[in-house]
Amino acid sequence: MLFLSNVINGLSLGSIYAIIALGYTMVYGIAKMLNFAHGDVIMVGAYICFFAIARFNLNPIIGILLAMVVCTVLGMTIERFAYKPLRQAPSLAVLITAIGMSYFLQNMAQLLWTPNIKVFPSVVGNGAIKLFDGQLTISYIALITMGACVVIMLMLSLFTGNSKMGKAMRACSEDKGAAQLMGINVNTTISMTFAIGSALAAIAGFLLCSAYPNLTPTTGSMPGIKAFTAAVFGGIGSIPGAFVGGLLLGVIEILAAAYISTELSDAVVFMVLVVVLLVKPTGLLGKKISEKV
Amino acid sequence: MKNVQRKISLNKTTKSNFVTYGIVIAAFVIMEILMAAGMVSSLLKGLLVPICVYVIMAISLNLTVGVLGELSLGHAGFMSVGAFSGAVVSMMLQSVIPDAIPRLLISLVVGAIFAAIVGVLVGIPVLRLNGDYLAIVTLAFGEIIKSLITNMYIGLDENGLHFSMIKQKFELAEGGKMLIDGPIGLSGMRKVDSFAIGIVLILLCLMIIFHLVNSKSGRAIMALRDNRIAAESVGINVTKYKMMGFVISAAMAGAAGALFASNYSALQASKFDFNTSILVLVFVVLGGLGNMRGSVIAAALLTVLPELLRAFSDYRMLAYAIVLIGIMLVTHNPAIADRLKQIKIKQYKKSADRKAAAMEKKMVRQTAKKEGK
Amino acid sequence: MKKFVALMMALMMCLGCLAGCGKADPDAGKIKIGGTGPLTGDAAIYGNAVKRAAEIAVEEVNALGGLQLVVKYEDDAHDAEKAVNAYNALKDWGMQISMGSVTSDPGKATSTENYVDRIFALTPSASTDLYPEGKDNVYQMCFADSNQGAASAQYIYEQKLGTKIAVIYQSDIDYSKGIYDTFMAKAAELGLEVVSKTTFIKGANDFSVQINEAKNSGADLVFLPIYYQSAALILRQCADIDYAPKFFGVDGMDGILALEGFDTSLAEGVMLLTPFSADAQDEKTVNFVKKYQEKYNEIPNQFAADAYDCIYAIYQACTAAGVTADMTAEQINDLLMEQFNTMTFSGLTGENMTWAGGYVTKSPKGMVIQNGVYVGLD
Repeated sequence: MLFLSNVINGLSLGSIYAIIALGYTMVYGIAKMLNFAHGDVIMVGAYICFFAIARFNLNPIIGILLAMVVCTVLGMTIERFAYKPLRQAPSLAVLITAIGMSYFLQNMAQLLWTPNIKVFPSVVGNGAIKLFDGQLTISYIALITMGACVVIMLMLSLFTGNSKMGKAMRACSEDKGAAQLMGINVNTTISMTFAIGSALAAIAGFLLCSAYPNLTPTTGSMPGIKAFTAAVFGGIGSIPGAFVGGLLLGVIEILAAAYISTELSDAVVFMVLVVVLLVKPTGLLGKKISEKV
Repeated sequence: MKNVQRKISLNKTTKSNFVTYGIVIAAFVIMEILMAAGMVSSLLKGLLVPICVYVIMAISLNLTVGVLGELSLGHAGFMSVGAFSGAVVSMMLQSVIPDAIPRLLISLVVGAIFAAIVGVLVGIPVLRLNGDYLAIVTLAFGEIIKSLITNMYIGLDENGLHFSMIKQKFELAEGGKMLIDGPIGLSGMRKVDSFAIGIVLILLCLMIIFHLVNSKSGRAIMALRDNRIAAESVGINVTKYKMMGFVISAAMAGAAGALFASNYSALQASKFDFNTSILVLVFVVLGGLGNMRGSVIAAALLTVLPELLRAFSDYRMLAYAIVLIGIMLVTHNPAIADRLKQIKIKQYKKSADRKAAAMEKKMVRQTAKKEGK
Repeated sequence: MKKFVALMMALMMCLGCLAGCGKADPDAGKIKIGGTGPLTGDAAIYGNAVKRAAEIAVEEVNALGGLQLVVKYEDDAHDAEKAVNAYNALKDWGMQISMGSVTSDPGKATSTENYVDRIFALTPSASTDLYPEGKDNVYQMCFADSNQGAASAQYIYEQKLGTKIAVIYQSDIDYSKGIYDTFMAKAAELGLEVVSKTTFIKGANDFSVQINEAKNSGADLVFLPIYYQSAALILRQCADIDYAPKFFGVDGMDGILALEGFDTSLAEGVMLLTPFSADAQDEKTVNFVKKYQEKYNEIPNQFAADAYDCIYAIYQACTAAGVTADMTAEQINDLLMEQFNTMTFSGLTGENMTWAGGYVTKSPKGMVIQNGVYVGLD
């Protein structure tokens, strides 16, 4: 029963990774860049939620929507001013810019909101469902997180599969030049991808801080790195890959903490990543892209 | 004519290399004179060794990022390996070799060797990947190394060395002491005054790198960076040369780590985290990829500057971030790059004109002489 | 070559700045007390609390009209390397007495410097046992960690607070590990049953594994020798799965009620041993809390109280030993060491404190949180 309970906790943690990883993976799929600042957009989203809900006593739904709007604008602004000018630059330059952006957001948050911890309000309410005579308890927040993750994943799949914008996105990720020839506005599409990724980040920020309520300017960075690992793990660029990668990573992390050592759980997570990349360099569900000369 | 040109360009690199050595030596001499005159503040005195450490870190990372062309986000991991292995050896030898300087030299070598071994172990999987995947795996290895050292227990007593992972599984005999106490790290080390050794180490690393870059292997490495497929097709062994650059870079970082450890009385693995890797990357980027002199200057200045600007420490990291983004945008902005190119062409034209004019004068003189005869 | 010359010039200019020019010293005639602490970064809450409280105390002492003090804090961002830099900057300023470092890891590095330079140090809050160990001029105002662990076990045993005990501690900080080690030793001696021991490290957010293990081993008391930030997460995650044992904390738990946005009902019934509580009704505490609140609009924690006591203890020792502002740091060092080895001091964090080997002896108070405030346990 302890094992089952650990697996459920892992799935709950993994769902958060998965939502963050979706943001990474979409951007990578289209812009072919690792948006290192994604984790920090999550942090900004969480702060907006915090201020809306705890300081201004707004309805949590309004708080989340507000955070989504702010994050979307933020994500698009970052893309416009920091990443767009580097579209043609080598990937190293783009990656360094993204790291710089991540530092910028963290330090800006520190100046604006002080490094002191803010405790995220409990919107969902404490409590749990008890199964098997109370031997297995699943907290409400874990249920909501897992539910949200599945819903988001399904909606994204539908969106990219069926909508016009989604098809444009897929076309851009396949071949930007050809997409442009077919009349797709590549810049708008990339911008749109950042917008969606950032809106997802706001939701992720809310869920992350609902489960782990200590909010600081560095809140987003470690989950960001882990989710990024999850995205690579599942095959970066692939939406189902991010979902599977996130969930697996969460479960591995919790099981490693429970059965190997809490101190080594991070190391185990990263080792699994290394092994997967060695066996399958494009990740679990990634597509093999042959190099062009 | 071709031969002449090559000679000139070779001379140019050698000259430029000597300027770099000159800067390092001059900085050392100036500091020694100022210290002898008692004009150096305690703050700067305390910073001398860290400056050496970060300079070595920067040039070694520049070898990986600038020369090899692979982004490493876990360079602090090698530094950590070097720091801990070097410090442990130094503490073990405390009774055998009471003199601090030879002990430090041994710890530097040991640090470099251990980091090189880890470099090989990390390099085997890492160098099979490319680009972003490679970057994320180096990041992963940085974290793995940090986690492993955090969970390492090493104790020393009369029965010899004791070692365990995760939990301390041994009991030390009377008079024994813990060298690495798991997450608490190293403590009770003796500080060594190692500025001069640091400078020598910088010069040594520079020499190795310059020599490598100008050698056949170095040209192979750079060919791989510029176009892997083309290089492979002319028969350059990818794994061998990549591994060579990577391991040399790791060994240097290890020596830097051992030097770093010698300057502090306590040390924790968490010091060598992602942020430290990024800090060094900032030095490399600001100094210019592939430009060793730039790395030396950037690392030295950026280690001193924040200390001078203590009053603005809130804004320090923010300024770093902005500068990092700014430099990338400016150097990779097509418009600005074009402008720079034009300036370069103009300069080239100017110098070409000058050369032509000089040549003409010479010719005129020579013909005049001939005619005079 | 021109570039090179220009660079050298720039370097020389930097050096010139570093060498420090002979400006008029506004702090002349005052005894200079310096300390390093995290004023920025994750741990800034501690550094700022100490700095603010020390400044309040210095203001009060100066108003008495006797010895004049000045205190200066330099940022170490909770990093040993930066702490040594900060310490050196303070030396350049002319520091005569040191308040060490606020946190333990930087403290280990700076205390060695204190020892080598012969500058007297009294830290408000670097509680690791290693801090004064082997250094005769380095003292602590806070409990050494070993004291707290044993005292907690004793208290739990005497008050019969729990039969099955679970411990969750942070293994990568001296503070938590030190308390844990001595707690376990004392618990074994007293025959307390510890059913679950789990750890976490810096940055941990998810405590489900640790909580699950405590819950499944049937623990009715969870001992948390950790800081309040992690404790807040643990309390919340326990509530999330309806697990409600008794919680017992140490002085690092103090501050939990002041966290912005923290639901204090989660901390209902949490017990802790702490030498200071902002709700105590004695005159000194009330006065200090009022001043601190007026100035900074927050309730001082135990770090602040320890820092406040540090200044007063230094003041008391300086007055008794006849220390004057024109003495060198080394002279003051010898005089203060003599004083601290013999004197007793009463302050916010305890009555009749004494020092032996750098470690302070004082008695902690048992507190329990009821309706969002601390109430004495005895």
